[in-house]
Amino acid sequence: MLNIPVIRWGKPYESLETEDVVHFRTGDPIARVSQANGGLVARDLRHAKRARNILREFTCQDLMDKVAKAADLFENETLPLGDGQQTADDFVYHQSATTGLPQHMCRRNMEKNCFVLRNMPEILDALTRGLDPEILSRGHGIEDRGVVVSYQAQTSMLGAVLPSNSPGVHTLWLPVVPLQMGLMLKPGSQEPWTCYRVASAFSQAGIPPEVIGLYPGGHDVGGAILTGAKRAMIFGGQKTIDQYAGNPGVQVHGPGFSKIIIGEDMVDRWEEFLDVMVESVFINGGRSCINASSIFAPRHTREIAEAIAAKIGPANVLPPEDPDSALAAFTVPGVGPAVLSMIEQDVKEEGVTDMTAGYGDRLVEMERCSYLRPVVLHCDSPERAVATKEYMFPFVSVVECPQEKMIDKIGYTLVGTAITEDDDWIDDLGQATNIDRLNIGPIPTNRLNWLQPHEGNLIDFLFRSRAYQSHRQMAATV
Amino acid sequence: MSVTNVELDTIIQQAKEKLDKHTVEIVQWHFNEETGCPFWLNKKAELDFDPLTDVHCYEDLRKFPLFEDDWLRGGPVERWRPKAYADRPTYVFETGGTTGIPKSRVVVDDFRIDYEVFSDTLPDEYFPRNSNWLMLGPSGPRRLRLAVEHLCQFRGGICFCIDLDPRWVVKLIKKGWMEHLEEYKKHCIDQAVTVLTSGHDIKCLFATPKLLDSLCLALEDRGTSLKEVGVTGIFSGGTEFTPQWTRYAVEELLGGPPEESGIYMTPTYGNTLMGLACSKPVSAADKYKIAYYAPQPRAVTEVVQFDNPNELVGFGETGRVKLTTLTKEFFIPGFLERDEGEREPPFETYPWDGVSGVRPFHELQSSTTVGVY
Repeated sequence: MLNIPVIRWGKPYESLETEDVVHFRTGDPIARVSQANGGLVARDLRHAKRARNILREFTCQDLMDKVAKAADLFENETLPLGDGQQTADDFVYHQSATTGLPQHMCRRNMEKNCFVLRNMPEILDALTRGLDPEILSRGHGIEDRGVVVSYQAQTSMLGAVLPSNSPGVHTLWLPVVPLQMGLMLKPGSQEPWTCYRVASAFSQAGIPPEVIGLYPGGHDVGGAILTGAKRAMIFGGQKTIDQYAGNPGVQVHGPGFSKIIIGEDMVDRWEEFLDVMVESVFINGGRSCINASSIFAPRHTREIAEAIAAKIGPANVLPPEDPDSALAAFTVPGVGPAVLSMIEQDVKEEGVTDMTAGYGDRLVEMERCSYLRPVVLHCDSPERAVATKEYMFPFVSVVECPQEKMIDKIGYTLVGTAITEDDDWIDDLGQATNIDRLNIGPIPTNRLNWLQPHEGNLIDFLFRSRAYQSHRQMAATV
Repeated sequence: MSVTNVELDTIIQQAKEKLDKHTVEIVQWHFNEETGCPFWLNKKAELDFDPLTDVHCYEDLRKFPLFEDDWLRGGPVERWRPKAYADRPTYVFETGGTTGIPKSRVVVDDFRIDYEVFSDTLPDEYFPRNSNWLMLGPSGPRRLRLAVEHLCQFRGGICFCIDLDPRWVVKLIKKGWMEHLEEYKKHCIDQAVTVLTSGHDIKCLFATPKLLDSLCLALEDRGTSLKEVGVTGIFSGGTEFTPQWTRYAVEELLGGPPEESGIYMTPTYGNTLMGLACSKPVSAADKYKIAYYAPQPRAVTEVVQFDNPNELVGFGETGRVKLTTLTKEFFIPGFLERDEGEREPPFETYPWDGVSGVRPFHELQSSTTVGVY
């Protein structure tokens, strides 16, 4: 069993308090993880400035080269982890064993992280809309068009309270180090693996370990990071979103409520888009905020729901190492039955039909975990309570709704795929502020272009555009 | 020099005999029509035994049903006042109460006696006699504020205090008003820093773990430290007083163990119902293990089986903390605390059972807000 310490700006710290991270099916311990406390975090936050100072000794380009090298190490090499070593295959096994995600999905998330690390220049170019990274480093500079610009860093490091159940989210904080800011991360209790392996790969690639802190622990650790870091991100449910709403220092990533909406002009051709819909609902175990949880269409909704149910309804639980395994486990006791009971309540509303009812029991209970097989509901109106709900497994409501009401009725939508060629409606959709990422055409909601900002631009969060005048620059430009 | 096993057995037996004698005396007092309180005199009729004739030793207290904390909620509080003390000035102290009716305990002198007993456990080197104290903990209807002040006065000092309303703190957390929580904490700490840096020659302090942490950070922000402002003794308590927290405090807040930093911190475990359990001295060599021992015979803590509160667990085994309070002012037989821990063996200083690793009882954990101030 691995012993994983707290990492305090690069230095391992063995806590007297530990938590075992166990296999979701067998309960066998896989790692013993040291637990930090809030006070430890608050004290270490005082040295956050040092992380930026250290990183500013490198150019952004140097750091981008190093993270690209780190991608190779992360993806292929045996790396130090706690008091042991971890191969790439170990990583996949460990992550799957503690999160309940099938191994091939863990590997895909690994590839996604590596893609971001390898393509950092393009990603930063996209996030900054073409700004020379050295302007961010220096805080000011002259753009190609001869205009003086200034972007002031608002923090020396980014704090992040990471989730246990979605290994794909790590791409959001990976660009921080190349932006010359440190990282103070609270790993998810069941998924310490990604951030420890990234930190290890960064270190092996030549990034000073002193710029990263890893603080596994309880709620007080998360609280201390969110209170003390000038910029922090947290992943959580609606309650968390509400709690931090309006706090400019905290970026909250919660449920996505991602959707596919089909226009009047295309709905009669719905069968052509069935694969897009199925992929959007089903991929990655339905766990991501970018999985579609609702499909809105003006007609044919019952046929659409039936067709999706026929494709995904029969899916059953397979061992996590099986390459065909499509479902992820609920590793917290009682969660699977509780979610199913909420859905059963939803189905009692008139106008809601369970289209997967004929495909057998949805709940699969095991000794230490449970699974939910896919659920497809049909709603005869957007007024049904379940029409815009999201659950953490392959779940979708197919909702009948007139096109002219859709934008209002879909509510907040992280990824909205609009299948239409109606230019007027496309224009309306472009103006809709309740849609974060907009896809026009049959693009699965999960296929993100990483050259587009996700849930708020990281650059806008970490830097502030401001005026900067220098008589030296003025003399140069007169 | 440590005692032999035979000698230890002897003092354990002596302590047990003292507890048995004290138990009989207290039960006789509380069930006597002249001296007992209305609550127990009325309760007597519901019992299937006679406490006056059937309680001969501590173990006989198992004849009583488990004490229900709801019995302490609501009025009239006079039902808890022993008739013998009817004419004495009486305090009422409360515990809980963020929502609903708090538990109440009436007190005449117990808080003074408990803290005088506790005073004997404090090393004069670090808690110097005649030195002034700062009380950085909950005030209002809690007994702690008056108790710490009395401890300080008993040792010849003057106690400075701040206001701290823990019920408001719990509400802030439940509402998710973390910004307000931080400001309130800052408001308390600012007052403490002002007192400590105003020339009052304060050498000792009571602080909850969270406030001690914040106080040290605030002093550091001002370019000073507990040591520099002259604090040498800290009395603290709470279930979040874990070995790891203690290690963190010793290593990073206080500047090392007492012999290096000159600051001694003693963890305690207690509440309004019990009094104060002291800790065996805590050291790095013992991995900062904290083992509490109740002030027997006035109070007894036992570690009992989760499914059978009349059976002790073995030494080193985990169980629920059961509390019994045996004073002339207050009789609580077999109250199951909201905490669990491991049973610790007697030793020469405290020749009776102790409890270590105290933490919220796992079945109640999700509904309990601990360590909030």
